[in-house]
Amino acid sequence: MTSKTAHIVDYGLGNLFSIKNACLKVGLTPTISSLPQDIERADIVILPGVGAFGDAMTSLRLKGLIEPIREVAQSGKPFMGICLGMQLLMTSSEEFGYNQGLNIIPGITSKLQTTYDNDNRPLKVPHIGWNRINTPILKEALEDNKWKNTPLSNIKEGEYMYFVHSYYVIPEDPKVVLSNTTYGQNTFCSSLRMNNIFAVQFHPERSGPSGLKLYAQLNACSKES
Amino acid sequence: MRIIPRLDIKGPNVVKGVQFEGLRVLGKPEDFAKYYYDSGADELIYMDVVASLYGRNGLLDIIEKTSREIFIPLTVGGGLRSIEDIRTVLRSGADKVAINTAAIQNPDLIHQASQTFGASTIIVSIEAIRKPNGKYEAYVDYGREATGVDACEWAIKAEKLGAGEILVTSIANEGTGSGFDTELMCRISKSVSIPVIGGGGAGCLQHVTEVINDGLVDGVSLASILHYNFIKQYSVSGSDYSNEGNVQYLTHQANTASLSRIHGATITELKQYLTRNGVACRQS
Repeated sequence: MTSKTAHIVDYGLGNLFSIKNACLKVGLTPTISSLPQDIERADIVILPGVGAFGDAMTSLRLKGLIEPIREVAQSGKPFMGICLGMQLLMTSSEEFGYNQGLNIIPGITSKLQTTYDNDNRPLKVPHIGWNRINTPILKEALEDNKWKNTPLSNIKEGEYMYFVHSYYVIPEDPKVVLSNTTYGQNTFCSSLRMNNIFAVQFHPERSGPSGLKLYAQLNACSKES
Repeated sequence: MRIIPRLDIKGPNVVKGVQFEGLRVLGKPEDFAKYYYDSGADELIYMDVVASLYGRNGLLDIIEKTSREIFIPLTVGGGLRSIEDIRTVLRSGADKVAINTAAIQNPDLIHQASQTFGASTIIVSIEAIRKPNGKYEAYVDYGREATGVDACEWAIKAEKLGAGEILVTSIANEGTGSGFDTELMCRISKSVSIPVIGGGGAGCLQHVTEVINDGLVDGVSLASILHYNFIKQYSVSGSDYSNEGNVQYLTHQANTASLSRIHGATITELKQYLTRNGVACRQS
């Protein structure tokens, strides 16, 4: 059986080596480039990202990557956005003024506000460190295990993942939210799924064995499809 | 709360001194890193202790080797002087860099690095000593050179220039096991709105809760308290440490009196202790 290829979209931002190492660890064959044809060719596409939303969109535009990414979203091919790569999927962002996003998932990106914990200590922004991910409680009847058949399927409820961010996404449709995370008085969407599009605010490649389980499941999900 | 083992690295070895002096060879970074990853460390710091004095060696190999097996954030510092140096270290597999000497000499490096790699990649490391007037002065070159720069003012400036986090080390407490300089940590934490990691002085579990509660830090960097506990179980027989500095500790010839204040612990023991004392942390 040949290994699936996971293409990591390189648009000049962020450390892609830890993502590459995580792919290798779970038996995926990673490729890294800014070439649109590599996105088309890959079995799985990963959109990473650290840095500013506006700069990232400019860079994607200059490299001719916006349309290829939108096409992947349409194609049904497994796709994972990480951190800024999740935020870019939204319609727009309020980071340094108004910025248009990829508009693959209707919604916005908003800034975390500094809040206080129970001991009245400020919770600093950026939010850096390990935090829990939990299934959201919706008003309508709770589905049995929302994480089934997603890359989170082997992750336990309330698992800790590693976060580094100042912004978070608010999808228009709450049903796409797979998990929420609470930081002070902020509770935000920490992972989502819409059809083939899966995205996480945390960094699974820096989240120890639990994060690797997510990569392994991403690999397994793509084999079924 | 983040628990962050710090490996001071000299050539191919982990070393540890007291107040950055009298470095003892403790073992191989690869072994320490793997052990701490497996036992639930939240991040790791590698500090190349001689790079800013003699130039770099071997560190990139160590980063590359360990980053293939260790899936938690890795910060690398020591002797990084330029955007190119930072890029090289990140390309070897580091997630963040810590800069001290070069940033003091050229503060614009923080701005450039933050713009190039993102603020969350750039940690400004501040090593400080308390002066008779009660103020703290920043030192460079692994605690050897005074700068005349006030540590708190420098932290504020570093944040403005785009630093994502501050790593604060008390030189006087470092390696002594006498506890953290919570006053220094508290002053810096209150001066900035970015996360502060405090280090230098932990001798027992209680010191860690003190620096969290009184020093108001967002992460704790630890060395002796973890290292000396680990090497009790660590065999050196397979490695050749000849010509690698002071290996007396490893060969059991050391006078361990100076370590009497270090009450070693595992990360699991530490996290259980913190949880019992109301500090939320990740249990693996």
